[in-house]
Amino acid sequence: MTVLMRYKWVILALAADFAVFAWNPVWGRQIAFQTTNSFVEMLSFLPPVFIILGLLDVWVPREVVISHLGRGSGLRGMTLAIFLGAAAAGPLYGAFPVAAVMMKKGASLYNVMLFLGAWSTLKIPMFLFETQYLGLTFSVTRWICSLVGIVVMAFLIDRWVPEKEKQEIYNKHQ
Amino acid sequence: MDIILFYGLAVAGVAWSYTKSRQKTRQALQKAWKSFENILPSFAFILLLIGASLALISPSAVSELLGAQSGWAGLGIAAALGSITLIPGFIAFPLARAVLEMGAGIMQVAVFVSTLMMVGVVTAPMEARYFNRKTMLLRNGMSLLYSFAVAYVLAKVVG
Repeated sequence: MTVLMRYKWVILALAADFAVFAWNPVWGRQIAFQTTNSFVEMLSFLPPVFIILGLLDVWVPREVVISHLGRGSGLRGMTLAIFLGAAAAGPLYGAFPVAAVMMKKGASLYNVMLFLGAWSTLKIPMFLFETQYLGLTFSVTRWICSLVGIVVMAFLIDRWVPEKEKQEIYNKHQ
Repeated sequence: MDIILFYGLAVAGVAWSYTKSRQKTRQALQKAWKSFENILPSFAFILLLIGASLALISPSAVSELLGAQSGWAGLGIAAALGSITLIPGFIAFPLARAVLEMGAGIMQVAVFVSTLMMVGVVTAPMEARYFNRKTMLLRNGMSLLYSFAVAYVLAKVVG
């Protein structure tokens, strides 16, 4: 019963999909096709990401993360956070569990936000793909603008979220 | 390509860990499963939404809404589409080019691409769970505003 409750939105969405299928089988088949694709995409990267995270969680000592990405890690910490995000692959929702482990290990919220920003929009594989389709001027301009933007936004979020709330966020991941 | 890389890394990592300590490896895998299972209902729901929206929204309808003359309304629609949908990049960029060739404006397309990557309405509840509401609203809100600034610069440089 509790399992059913946890998956209530999934069940509802599935029911809606079946209703569409009953009403218009052509649309229904398209939905089935696209939904299968998005599940395959998720399964192609998310399970190994969680396994790698589990291993990092067990093997990487907190002190190492704090010294490289914690408060006062400075420009080197910023660069590392942005690099880690940009080197990643996969949709933004894949970044949240990674951010959770970073916070658990003591990375600063500023660096976690940089990581999240870089993951969302500076990903190198995406950049290559974007260049191919929209041209180098477009992709380079957007990349540089986005880099400036995520640094400013991470700075503002870090300033505007009070210490007490930061503590509450970090407590979720202990 | 990615799939081999990710699974390869995970398998290599587990193998390395196993030679070092069986017990820690078991612990790591348990943690991995627990956090995966914990977030699975949200993931599954999001994936169902993505599947339905990709199936029901056609590129030609999108390009009609985002024409170069569509002005602020077009920008608004582009921002809404980009924020709400979760289209993977390997579909979004070809789509963006197709839409540009069908006559969409560069600013509209830039806003769409930028919001698509940075703003996530569908994943917002999940983001709020990992952080908190305020952080989620700040990040998404600022990203939305900033996408317009990026689009303005892009229109100047590219257009």
